[in-house]
Amino acid sequence: MDLIVEGIKKAFSLIFTLDAEVLGITLLSLTVSGLATLISMFLGISVGTAVALSRFPGRRIVVSLINTGMGLPPVVVGLFVTIFLWRSGPLGFLEILYTPTAIILAQTVIAAPIVTGITLAAIQHLPANLRLQILALGATRVQTVWLLAKEARLPLLAAVMAGFGGVISEVGASIMVGGNIKGYSRVLTTATVMETGRGNFDIAIALSVILMLLVFLVNAVLTQIQQRERPR
Amino acid sequence: MQNDRSFLIRRVLKKHGLAVFSAAVFLVGMALPAPAAGPAQKNLILATTTSTQDSGLLDVLIPIFEKKAGYFVKTIAVGSGQAMAMGQKGEADVLLVHSPVAEEKFMAEKSGVNRLIVMHNDFVVVGPSADPAAIKGSKTSSEAFKEIAAAGALFLSRGDNSGTHAKENEIWKAAGISPEGQKWYQQTGLGMGQTLNVASEKRGYTLADRGTYLVLKKNLGLEIQMEGDPLLLNVYHVIQVNPAKWPKVNAGGAKAFSDFMVSAEAQGIIKTFGVAKYGSSLFFPDAGKKEGDLGK
Repeated sequence: MDLIVEGIKKAFSLIFTLDAEVLGITLLSLTVSGLATLISMFLGISVGTAVALSRFPGRRIVVSLINTGMGLPPVVVGLFVTIFLWRSGPLGFLEILYTPTAIILAQTVIAAPIVTGITLAAIQHLPANLRLQILALGATRVQTVWLLAKEARLPLLAAVMAGFGGVISEVGASIMVGGNIKGYSRVLTTATVMETGRGNFDIAIALSVILMLLVFLVNAVLTQIQQRERPR
Repeated sequence: MQNDRSFLIRRVLKKHGLAVFSAAVFLVGMALPAPAAGPAQKNLILATTTSTQDSGLLDVLIPIFEKKAGYFVKTIAVGSGQAMAMGQKGEADVLLVHSPVAEEKFMAEKSGVNRLIVMHNDFVVVGPSADPAAIKGSKTSSEAFKEIAAAGALFLSRGDNSGTHAKENEIWKAAGISPEGQKWYQQTGLGMGQTLNVASEKRGYTLADRGTYLVLKKNLGLEIQMEGDPLLLNVYHVIQVNPAKWPKVNAGGAKAFSDFMVSAEAQGIIKTFGVAKYGSSLFFPDAGKKEGDLGK
């Protein structure tokens, strides 16, 4: 019990003294997972909407694949992204293995299907007549999609939160493709694993507390947007 | 008109989504601040064991090297086995490892060049203070392992092909016991620090390098039960990955790092590292010595 109290004390002392290393790690976590979520959002919402609104042969298989992708294990993604990014791998020429960019790539692979799957379900759940009505009022395709997305704002933001939650908390892929390099590709989760291995449980707990605070803050902001009264 | 255009965009996205996505990722990558070092060949991938990182030694040495030589070191802390596997594929530039038998094989197949001795410490057999298998007082490590097997006392193995795991297998072999599949033998598949934590929680024995054990000691309910056997010597070498085999390897950086590790400056730091905090050195510098002369 003492350990947890010590850890929480440590967390606040690290935050309030603006410990440069912890601050850097926190900012990197936020940037990396934030960018991965942002890319996933564009990718997921567009693909999810496209699949939701179109009918084509093999659509069910595509939907099943997307839904399966929602449960992609981060370590599996980490392993494959690593192999692709190796010097000898097909994307080796990019030379981005063991960089924050590689983590963004892996996290995008993890988050994109989550956003896509939830978007797909959300848009498809809208009453079919709504789309007809919008079209009948003379909306263009883009306007239609925009209006539908606005209608599905609650679940779409839930999709973004789920995506962000999935990647900010994952450790398997980050440690494999990022390498947990001090001051460069070390994020909150990989640092927590390392500090636990080093027996620095107080710092590990402190990092966990910071991670949870970060997730809370980001979700609080997103929830604020989600629950905002609709402008009429 | 607009209708057509948006349709076109959708078509393009649908058809070339992957390309667009890769381009986006690439652009994001370009936008992120590059490491201070700059050009690509300034990046140096060091594949090493968990003990050098978990003990904190590399946190002291690497910044000094980076400042001096101008390289940006990407330290990938894995087991010695995995570090050498990375070397074998040319995915690392330089290795700092402690698994001599595997290292000799690595050198024999021309995966590495210029293997230099850096430092040593030793392995210790640690276990709960009650010492249920009564190994305290055994003359050799293999004798201690025999006692553990005979008592059926829980033994935690790294089981991850690391240098420590290789040493453990060597001792089991010397004891003439094959522990795998036995009820009292469990493999964690984790690094040294975590394996020590598991051993402590489960009140089992394990083999650990002295450095990591000393660093973690304060949180562990484990005591050294067997030490001082010549077989328990733990030697670290630096190996440059063979650039003739993999042209992409950063040969200049690897050489600079390996020169640095055996330099008087680094060796001096290794000698004093941890003395103030743990009461004794975690590693003993050995540059220029022969492996056979160690521990005498």
